[in-house]
Formats: sequence, C-alpha cells, structure tokens
Amino acid sequence: MTAAPAVVLEAVSFAFGGGAAPFTFDCRFEPGTITAVMGASGSGKSTLAALIAGFEIPDSGRVLIGNTDFTGTAPASRPVSMLFQEHNLFAHLDAFTNVALGVSPTARIDAAQRDAVIGAFDDVGLSGKEHRLPGALSGGERQRVALARALVRDRPVLVLDEAFDGLGPAQRADMLDQVAALQQARNLTVIMATHEPADARRIAARMVFLADRSIAASGTVNSVLASDNPSVRAYLGSA
Amino acid sequence: MDRSVQPLTTWPQRHQGMRRPHALVIAGTVAAGLPLLLAVFAIAGLLVQAPGGSLTEALGALSSDAYLWRVARFTVLQAGLSAIISVALAVPVALALSGLLADGVTRRWLLVLFAVPLALPQIVTVIGITAVWGEQGAITQTASAIGVDLPSIYGLTGILMAHVFFNMPLAARLILGALDTVPGEYHRLADQLGLSGFSRFRIVTLPVIRRSAGEALALVFMLCVTSFAVVLTLGGGPRATTLEVALYQALAFDFDLARAVLLTFVQLGLTLMVVAAIGLSGGDAAAGDTTGLFRPVRARRSHTSRLSFGSLVLVLATLYVAAPIAAIVLKGIGSVSADLVVRADVRDALATSLAIAFASASLAVVAATVLAMAAAEQAAGRQFRGKPGFAEQMALLVPSLILVVPAMVIAAGWFIGLRAFEMQASAAPFIIVAVNAAMAMPFAARLVAPTLRASAERTDRLVRSLGVSGWDRWRLVTWPALRPSALAAFAFAMALSLGDLGVVALFGSTDLVTLPLLILRSMGSYRSSDAAALSFLLALLTMALSFLAIRLARHDRDGAAS
Repeated sequence: MTAAPAVVLEAVSFAFGGGAAPFTFDCRFEPGTITAVMGASGSGKSTLAALIAGFEIPDSGRVLIGNTDFTGTAPASRPVSMLFQEHNLFAHLDAFTNVALGVSPTARIDAAQRDAVIGAFDDVGLSGKEHRLPGALSGGERQRVALARALVRDRPVLVLDEAFDGLGPAQRADMLDQVAALQQARNLTVIMATHEPADARRIAARMVFLADRSIAASGTVNSVLASDNPSVRAYLGSA
Repeated sequence: MDRSVQPLTTWPQRHQGMRRPHALVIAGTVAAGLPLLLAVFAIAGLLVQAPGGSLTEALGALSSDAYLWRVARFTVLQAGLSAIISVALAVPVALALSGLLADGVTRRWLLVLFAVPLALPQIVTVIGITAVWGEQGAITQTASAIGVDLPSIYGLTGILMAHVFFNMPLAARLILGALDTVPGEYHRLADQLGLSGFSRFRIVTLPVIRRSAGEALALVFMLCVTSFAVVLTLGGGPRATTLEVALYQALAFDFDLARAVLLTFVQLGLTLMVVAAIGLSGGDAAAGDTTGLFRPVRARRSHTSRLSFGSLVLVLATLYVAAPIAAIVLKGIGSVSADLVVRADVRDALATSLAIAFASASLAVVAATVLAMAAAEQAAGRQFRGKPGFAEQMALLVPSLILVVPAMVIAAGWFIGLRAFEMQASAAPFIIVAVNAAMAMPFAARLVAPTLRASAERTDRLVRSLGVSGWDRWRLVTWPALRPSALAAFAFAMALSLGDLGVVALFGSTDLVTLPLLILRSMGSYRSSDAAALSFLLALLTMALSFLAIRLARHDRDGAAS
C-alpha cells in the first residue's frame, strides 16, 4: 500500500473569464482522509474539484499533490480520479469497455488487465452486469461502474463531485459506505463535494466549507457543522 | 365523527372532470383529411383520366422503356451523389466548427451564412451559381484568362454543385447540432483518461457523427430526389433529367398523358421505397445515460493543433457558400431599376406570390396546429406515458405526407384530372395554395408539435384541476405558449411558398404568374438582367421571412428552457 498524498491548494486564484469574480482557494486536504467539501450552489465546490483534477488551470497559485507541483499538468497525468454527477460513462460503450478505458485509452487490454477489470466489477458489487449498456443500468449502478473504473485506474486521490446526488437515500448510503470501505482498503485521499451534511457525517473526517467563492471554514466535520460561522449557519438554516 | 356532511359546493361529477376531446378529434380528422384527400384525389385523377388503352400499353412497355429507366436511374444517381458529396464535405466542416470555434463570433456568423442557402429559392440559387461558375461566370472567366478552360456546368455537374450548395450547409448544421449535444463531461472524461488523437475521435466524436451523418444522408437524398428547379434549369437537356422534370415536360409541352401517369407512378414508387428504407434502417440509437436534471458541465476545448487543416476547410466551405450569394446580391443591385419595380407584370407577380404565400402559410399552420393539438390531447390522455395510439400516430404522420407523395405528383394528378373538365385554369390558384400548404406542413408541424406537447405536459393537469377549458384554455394557456413557434412556422411556410417553382410551373398561365415563374420566363427569353433583379427581390423577401422565423423559433426555445 502506497502512502496517501496530501492535496494542497496554495493561494490559488481562478476566474472563468468574461469578467466573472475570481475564486480564491487556500487549503489542505489531509492524506488518507475523507474530506467533505460543502457549500451552497455557486460557492465553488465543482470549481475546486475541477482545479484539483486539472480540468481548469489556476490563474495564479499552485496545486500540490504529495510534494509535487501539479499546477499545469494535464488531467490524465495527475494521480487523481474524478466522478462527475452524471455522464461518467460513454453511453454507446458497454460497462466493461467503459471500465477498460481506465486501464488503457484504447480499451485494448491483456489477460491480466482483463482480470483486474472483472475484479473491479466484483468489488463494486456489479458482477454479471459487465456487458450492459449504461442505458440499461440504474443511476446507482452507473455510478458503481464509474467507481470501478476509478479502482482500476488506481490513483491515490479520488474526487467526487456531487457524484451521488441523483440517487435515492438507500442507494446513496450504500455508495457512501462503499467509498469509505475503498478508502480504508486502498488508503486513498478522498475529496467529496456534497451539499448534504448527512453525507459528511456518515463517512467524512474533515470538512472544508465554501462560501462566496472561497474557504469560509475548515476542520473536523463536527467542528465545522457546529461552528458559529455565519455562512455555515445560514446554509444549515439554524441560528 | 359524522362523515355524511354535505359538501358546500356541488362536487364535480366524474364525467365532467374527464376529458371531452370530441371537438378536437373532429377538427383533427378534418385537418388530417385535407392533405390526405389532396393526395388521394390526385392519384384517383391519374387513374381515371389516363387513357385506358394506352396506359395498359404503357405498363406493358414499361420494362422496355429505355427513356423512363434512364430518367429513373439518373434521378437516383444525382440524389445519391448529392447526398454523399454534401455529407462527406459537411463532416470536416462541422468538426472544424466545433473544434476550432467552439464558441465566439466567427462561429455565429458562419452559422448565419450556412442558414442562407436554405432560405433561398432554388431558382435564385441557380442564378447565383451560374454567375460564379457558368460560361460567363466570374470563376470561368478568370480561369480562361489564364488559359484554363473549365468544363460547362450544365448537366450532372451543375446539378451536384447546386445541391451541394444547398445541402452541405444543412448537413453541417445537423452534424454540428449533434456534436453540441455531447455532454461536457465526455470531454473532461477523455482528458482524465488520457484519450488522444484517434482514440478520442473514435470514442467521443465518431458515434455522434455516425448517427447524425446517417440522418443527414437520408434527408439530403429525399430532398434531392424531388428537386425540380435546379434540374430544370441546370440539367440542360434530356441526358440529365429527373422524374419530376420529365413529368413536367410531359404535361406542359408534350401533352403525353400516358407517359405522365407512368412517370408519376414511378416517382411515387421511388419515394415510397426510399421512405420505407429510411424507416427500416432508422432505429433510435439514443441510449439513456442522462436524467437531464443536472447542471451542464462546461468543457474547455483547446485543440489548436488541427488549426491549419480545420481553418482551410472552413475557408473553402465559406467561399463556396458565400460566392453565389455575393453574386446574387451584386448582380441584383446592379440590375434593379425603377422601371422594373413599377412594371405591371412585376407588380402582378409580386401580388400573386404574396397572396398565394399568405393563404398557403395560413392553411399549413392552422392544419399543423390542429393536428398537433389533437396529438397532444391524445398524449395527455395516456399521461404522456406508454406508446402513442393509432390516432396520435396518424396526427403526427399526416403532415409528412408530402415527403412520400411529392408535390409534383399531386400537382400532376390534379392537373390531369381537372383538364377533363376544362377546369385547370380556374382551379389553379386553389391547387397551388393547397399543395404549397401541404409542402410547408412538415416544417410547420416540426415547430408547432413539440411546443404544444411540452405545454400540454406542463399544464394539462393544472388546467383540468382549475376547470379552464375550451376557448379560455386556448386564450390563456395554449396560444401564449404556441405563439412564437406558430409565427415562426408561418414565416417559414410563406418563404417556402414564395420560392416554389414546380406546382406553379405546371398550373401557371398568362393570368397566373408568380415571381419565380417570372424569373424562369426571363431566363428563358434571355433577359438576364431582369432575372437577376427579380431574383434579388425574391431573395430579400424569403431571407427576411426565414430569419424572422429563426429568430422566433430561437426565442421560443430559450423561453421554454428558462
């Protein structure tokens, strides 16, 4: 088991252009820990996730993973896997091929890699559904396939961008527990954007709270949720 | 607790809360009946009026009729080549547009330019293309000045060039529209998985292109099978004649009824076969990987590596499309004179064109709306779930009838039938209006039906729970939602009718002349500056209407999205 890396955003500033107000992030995600990223719509959860995964490049500041500077690195070359809210799978490729793409960008794989893919389906509880098209899977099953792909990619940082928001309560709890188990088994650094405090309480140890495009509070889940920071209180709807 | 308390107000009886669609069903049947009757009577007219003996002889001679088969073969050949060339060129153009100019001003202007050919009447385009590529054309003259003799464009070459001018931009817009539906996540996913070059093309782009290019091929083929004005003017003789043109010539010049009837049935059989083939091959390949509920992910695309090839493709495509348009404008402005605009025949033709266009557009939009409302009512009856019933399917299919029974076939049927009663002159305006309306119905239905269905899906339960019905429902709920698409459909239908040269060519007379017919006659009598000036005027009219329609339709779509 490799040592999990910390993820650090060091005085990162980023704006979408067109004169939009910039996001400013300065924070640290502890290694081998699940950190929830919470905040209202538009507070910057997805932007933070995209900066870590490399889909957006900061205008200034640095993105460090472990002790390495990944600020300008292409997404595929970062030690990061990311799950989106939807469209995680190519709809015209079956589940197996979608996962195989995590091993090889041409989806052509050898016998050992094939076993790894089959094993990943087993790990996420989807054995036997390898050859279904995404359209023939439920929303939860599709996210499991995406999770299986993250497993075979074997990157130490897993970013979830509201990945389970479309699921019902039971499926959602199931997926969260699965992520927690994987995090334990593989010693991952997990960064989970969500707007549901219950998700954070269920599996996260730490929390970063965003308001108005920057960090409003951070610490353990309980300390942030109990803090009297006005943004947190306004979001949770309690005085 | 006493549960037998009388309610304060009378509780609506069960049957009052239920839908009473009788009026709509009747109106829908009438609206569906009009185009159906139009087609049925046309074919009946053909069968009854065809001189019996010679028809059987003609049918007997069918297999050995070399002329007929040559015409049929050429019809399929030119349509097939037009479709293949248009789509083959449209794919790189659409890819370049989506890769190089993902957003921005250039892309918007190119898309506007690409919308122009569809808004131009065929006869106008012919003038533009000959002005560039014809014997006296700019390119040909320039080439011969440096000692290169370009071949004449009359024949298959000219037909293909005109068809590509119309349909390459259309296909490019269709394919680009499909490329734009690729979710932003796919591009991010491709980035994350390190897909590059061919892998990325194969996995992200190709599936979308394959589906949309297939649809574009079928559409362009259908459009070109029934193309009339281009083949009539650029075909340049019996070697390059299609069924539609041969049919027109048999009726207008040779008065050969037996041959006309035969050509009509071959044309009908051909379109039926094509429609059936498209229907059989076209499965809905859209798989459901989206709930459509979530926010879209923005993707930054920066593929500057293909800049050189992509820009070259775009520059060439732009020049090809823009040159004939520029020629129409320049020649037109140079030829318009005050005398022309006040000439009695020009004024009459303009008035006739506008009257016919107004009447046919009204008819098309009303009929399409009634049918779409009947379909929406049926869909509401099944709670927008499950499979549509027979009546609903019919209501949605009838507007597309003209695709199976081409306008020229209907016109020919009525022409032959009415001739027996010496009525083809007095009935001409009505036939022209009716057939033009039928031609506009597929477009009108495509604009109106989705709007009505979406509106019904959003409001049906609320409207019924509030008891808003009949005229009030139309006034308060349906019309406000429908207005932009209905007006867009009306403008499109008017533009289409104004540019039509086909039915008018057959039914027109000295008393009944429209602008396109006047242009054709000016060309025929070598008054080319008249033709250029009139084309410019006609183009201004149809362009204004088309862009008004596009604006309205876009406004409607944005309004529905917000």
